[in-house]
Parts: sequence; C-alpha cells; structure tokens
Amino acid sequence: MAAKIDQTQVKKVAKLSRLDLTETEAAEFTGQLSAILEYMEKMNELDTTNVQPLAHCLPISNVFREDAVKESLGTEKTLANAPQRDGEFFKVPKILDEI
Amino acid sequence: MGELRYRVVVGLEIHVQLCTKSKMFCGCALSFGEEANSRVCPVCLGMPGVLPVMNEQALEYAVLVALALDCKIAEFTKWDRKSYYYPDLPKNYQISQYDLPLGSGGFIEIPLEAGRTKRIGIIRAHLEEDAGKNLHTAGNFSQVDLNRAGTPLLEIVTEPDMSSAAEVRTLAVELQRMVRYLGVSEADMQKGHMRFEPNINLIITKDGVEYKTPIVEVKNLNSFRVLERSVDVEEQRQLDEFLETGEVMGMGNKTTRGWDDINQVTVLQREKEEAPDYRYFPDPDLVPVEFKCEWLEDIRSRLCELPIKRQIRFVDEYKLSDYDAGVLTAERSTAEFFERVVAAGGKPKRVCNLLTQVGLKLANEKGCSVAELDITPKDFAQVSNDVDGGILSASGANKAIELKAQDPDKPFSVIYEENNLIQKSDVGELEQIVEQVIVDNPKAVEDVTSGGKKSKKAQSFLLGQVMQKTKGQANPKVVSEILDRKLG
Ligand SMILES: [Zn+2]
Repeated sequence: MAAKIDQTQVKKVAKLSRLDLTETEAAEFTGQLSAILEYMEKMNELDTTNVQPLAHCLPISNVFREDAVKESLGTEKTLANAPQRDGEFFKVPKILDEI
Repeated sequence: MGELRYRVVVGLEIHVQLCTKSKMFCGCALSFGEEANSRVCPVCLGMPGVLPVMNEQALEYAVLVALALDCKIAEFTKWDRKSYYYPDLPKNYQISQYDLPLGSGGFIEIPLEAGRTKRIGIIRAHLEEDAGKNLHTAGNFSQVDLNRAGTPLLEIVTEPDMSSAAEVRTLAVELQRMVRYLGVSEADMQKGHMRFEPNINLIITKDGVEYKTPIVEVKNLNSFRVLERSVDVEEQRQLDEFLETGEVMGMGNKTTRGWDDINQVTVLQREKEEAPDYRYFPDPDLVPVEFKCEWLEDIRSRLCELPIKRQIRFVDEYKLSDYDAGVLTAERSTAEFFERVVAAGGKPKRVCNLLTQVGLKLANEKGCSVAELDITPKDFAQVSNDVDGGILSASGANKAIELKAQDPDKPFSVIYEENNLIQKSDVGELEQIVEQVIVDNPKAVEDVTSGGKKSKKAQSFLLGQVMQKTKGQANPKVVSEILDRKLG
C-alpha cells in the first residue's frame, strides 16, 4: 500500500506548526503518520450514507453566558509567566512576514 | 493603439467591533485604552484547560445586523478554530465561523445621488474574536498587548458589486449609520471599531478583448477618506501596471498591499503564493448554536426602521430635500427628535432648518445629541411656529434656541423680550419708518422708480436702511410690501 503521507507534506505541516524537524525526524514521522492514517482509513469501511456530519460530540447546543464583566487578572499576574517582558507588554521577537 | 475602456470592481471585507460589556468567550471587560495587558484572563490568554463560554449578547447583536442586512440566518451554526501563528494570537488559533456562517445571502441598500439607491450583495456575516495588538518598536523586538484579544467582531463580506471609490465610501458610511442605529457598535473608524479592507481589480476592454487585472486587497485604512482614496489610487496603479506588464488575474496572484498615508500610495505587503492553510476544524470546547424560531423573532422585534428607509420616508412624507433628510437621519437620536418636534406641531421644513442650523451645532459643541440639549420638542415646535407666524426672523429663531440652551428654565416670552427678538410687523409703525427712509435717500428711490438695471439693488438698499433703523427687528416681508406699494 502506498504511503498515506509523504515527506514534503510532513515538512509543510511542521512548518505551519512552527516545528523545526531534522531530516531524520521528518523521515521517522512520515512513517508513523502514514501508519496512523492507514489505521484511520478503516473508518471508510463504515456505511455513513444516512449519517449527518457531527459538529460536536455532545448532544447539546446553545450554551451561553450573560454579558457581564468579571475581574481580569491584571497586568502583573498576566505577565508573571512571560518569558520576557517590556514594561507592561509581552516582549517577543520581531515578526517581519505577516501570516 | 486601439480603444481601451475599463471599470473598477470592488468588494469589501468588513470587521465591526460589537459594543458588548464583556469579551466574546470570557468576562474580561472590553478595553478602551487601559494599561496594556490589564484586561486579560486565562481564557483570553489561551491557557491550557480553560473553558470559553459564548456571550449571548454578542451573538444577538451579530444576528441583529445580519437580519438588517436581509441575510438568511443559519438554523444551525458552530465555532471553528482558524489556526495560524502570530504573537498577538495567544491560543495560536482564532475562534471564528468557517463553513456555517450565522448569516448569508443578504444585501445592503446604499444611497446614490438624487435619491437613487443601489443594492450591494452580502455574501456572508459571521462572528469571530479579535486578536491582540502587536506594537512594533525599534530593535529586534515587538511589544504585545492582549487587551483586545477576544473582543467580539462581526465580519461582513460583500459581493464585488461596487463600481467606484465613491460607492465604497457610501457603503462604509451607510453601514456605520446602520450599526449605530441598531446600537450594536460605536463604529468609530479612528478607534478601529470598523475596519474596511477593499478587494479591488479592473475589468479592461482593449481592442474588443476583456481582461481582468489581479485582485489586490488593501489594508491599514483608518478613515472613510483614506478608504475612498485607496480605491482611486489602486485603480490608476492597476491600469498603469496592466499597460506595462499585461498581467491578468490568475491562480494565486492575489496580493495584499498596505496604505501609506504619507505618500498616498499602496505598498506591496505580501505576494500570495497559495491560499493560506488555516486548517479549520470545529472547536471542541464550544457547543453549536441552533436558532429556534421564537428566538429569531425576538431578535427581529428589536430591529428599527433602517436609516436609508427613514431617509427616503423623510423625503416623501415631509417633503424635505434628499440632502436635508440625509443630515437628519445620520444619527438615530436626531431623526427621532425631529419627528417628535413635528408631532408637537412644527412645520417639517422649518423644524429641519432649526435643527440643522442651530440644534446640531449646539449639540456638537456640547458633545451630546440634540435630544440632550435640555430643549424640549415642544420648545422647538414653538420657535418654529413663531417663525412661520412672522413673530421671529429665521436668525432670531436661531438666537432664541441658543439662548434657551444656555438657560433652559427661562420661558421664550422672556428670552424674546430681553433680546429684542420679536419682529416688528405693525404696518402703521413700519410705514412711518419707510417714509423717513424714502425722504432720506432720494437717489435710491429714483433708481427704483426708473426701473433700470439698478432698480433691484436700490430696493434692497432701502430695505436694508429700514432694517438698520429698526435694529433688525422689522419683518422684512412686511417692509418689502410697503416699499412695493409706495414706489410701485
Ligand atoms: Zn478574558
């Protein structure tokens, strides 16, 4: 059976997820992901002719909250776990290319 | 060179910030320039293990606008995760609606010149959360403020039905008027409550062959003026580019350009090699939404007469000019106040003049609406009727309103009296003054009676003399009649 996913696709998905894979890892994950996808392929054996697509696994809808303000964390707590801060801001590497 | 014709085609992607009290999926208050990162909580920070819960008010506001846009409301809709990596998006995905937007297939009617209107199709309207703000500073770092993250945004996508920069601006203004009427957004463009991103291209006919230029999306437009200008600028740029390169629309050559306000040009931001891969999938943390009939009818009952309909009705019902009707219906409170003054007995055209010439000016100075000036509809109706009855001149009426705004408890009878606003219409009294003016100005009288070129000018000179002698209090209509009679 042909592989379900090739290395080019794995590298693309890794890039979208900002994962830096080595060539060895890319090859390793290509094999593992193909096996997972092959296993999932079994699902296609089921007859889903009259089954509606599922948007959520719970059989409920319309769970809302009232538009009421609750206290926020505040700047100090918010930044407490930030790797880097600059005054009251998170400090991050400059992004040049917008997504 | 053969014949060349072209037209511009524009569709808009619009984001409207809804004026709920709290954010879309958490209880953090919406931010109005507080200290950075002070209005965030684990939910809008995207901490693991938190549970977002939908703000019902945000959903109802979004449905209200979708109904006003004549959209079909989905019976069943859901929340999807749109994945991308950017520092202002703490979860690395934005909660949005992908394949089941809450509204689709509507239209907005926009006013053109001379009372004509045009329908612009609405492809879809959906709700999503806003991202935070990235502040680019000097050096190799950026600052991130997440106060805005999670603010409810209504995204509206129009059909490419606009065929000029002026139409684009008109739609933007009309949508602003609409969402303000509905009370769902402050819709202040400078504050980023409304963001418009036009998708622009040209259809060029050259030597009998039709060409379409590649679509360009323009970002970073923060005023109606700049929005309109960007379409004109892009129209010319695309024409020049087509004549130079001949490039036409194709797969994957849509580009994004940013507006450079200093140089008044658009600047290439991003070449789209391929459509971005956002890997949408249903958000497992949020259950779907089903719009039951009664709920929709309840929301529908909160719709008001839309501004464009009201403008047209004001022209028909009150015989106002399209321009005047536009001014009165720009804000809902002004339009409603106008109708209350008319209901209190004021003549529409006169009331319109009073409100537009002095009422709106005073309201603007005080930073309130005309309804909040402490001048009742009955007061306006009285002054309006006093002008029609010849008791006040038009300028005297404006003066009376200004004084009433300063001292709302003072009755008009006192205001008129104290400031000599009451016009002299007594024929006997005015005749004496006119006779004196005639005696004092024989040259002008001769110019009038000889009926030459100077006649009209001389007559208004004499009228002016009478007005001067009466300190502006004479009823000019009565004086003109006396002058006509004496010199005719
Ligand atoms: Zn929050």
